[in-house]
Amino acid sequence: MKTLEKQAKTVDEAIELALEELKVSRNEVEVEIIEEGNRGILGFLSKLAKVKVMVKPNPEEIAYNFLKGILRFIDEEVKISSSFNDNVLKMQIEVQKAGIIIGKHGSTLDSLQYLTSLVVNRNTKDYVRVILDAENYREKREKTLERLAKRMAEKVKDTKRSITLEPMYPNERRLIHTALQKDPGVTTKSVGQEPNRRVIISLR
Amino acid sequence: MIELVEYIAKALVDHPENVSVNQVEGEQSIILELKVDSEDMGKVIGKQGRIAKAIRTVVKAAAAKEGKRVVVEII
Repeated sequence: MKTLEKQAKTVDEAIELALEELKVSRNEVEVEIIEEGNRGILGFLSKLAKVKVMVKPNPEEIAYNFLKGILRFIDEEVKISSSFNDNVLKMQIEVQKAGIIIGKHGSTLDSLQYLTSLVVNRNTKDYVRVILDAENYREKREKTLERLAKRMAEKVKDTKRSITLEPMYPNERRLIHTALQKDPGVTTKSVGQEPNRRVIISLR
Repeated sequence: MIELVEYIAKALVDHPENVSVNQVEGEQSIILELKVDSEDMGKVIGKQGRIAKAIRTVVKAAAAKEGKRVVVEII
């Protein structure tokens, strides 16, 4: 982490000086006040304020470098684009054969996302949520799960028997619950321990 | 494949200088033995092995491209 110590008459002035020299804005740094400073009496006994300014690592950069470093082993020609808003980092991977990077039921994509999130959040104070996507897989999977939920709900109503779905990740289970929340005929709940937690759809 | 495992492990741990990967060739598969600082074990295994599983999944994907079966073991 890039750090700089600065002295000035006041804390604010010292921070300003540091920001100017580092060429960053206030929200890109963390500030530690070493000395509050004191104006003294008529210039006597005055003490300078001293601050330590640290440039926060940029999550977008960390994530990009880490991902690029992994993906070069899988495919040389990957493009990664990203956007970072409100502590949510969205990344799109563009590649010729996205199948390898997505994996079965998105397992490889999820693993890459999890590892990236760990690396990004190593040094940050605020938790950054990382969402990784390739070929719009996430959106497609969402639609598939919604369709699956509706189909299974109909089956439950027809047969009057509960149905247990395959194990899913928390975000995918949430999708199933949400999709069937407004269905007056069925109720959903999750049972089992991670990573084998499953949704059960049953008659209300 | 050694480089990939090394790369991921080094990004996760506090003591990257103590990361080492050893390759053992089996008949049908390659075994990659990952060694990290004892303080960093949790960082590559994770709660209920979640991190270890993610590392294995990514390495498997990279190996599949080369048509190899790769097993990552943490020792």
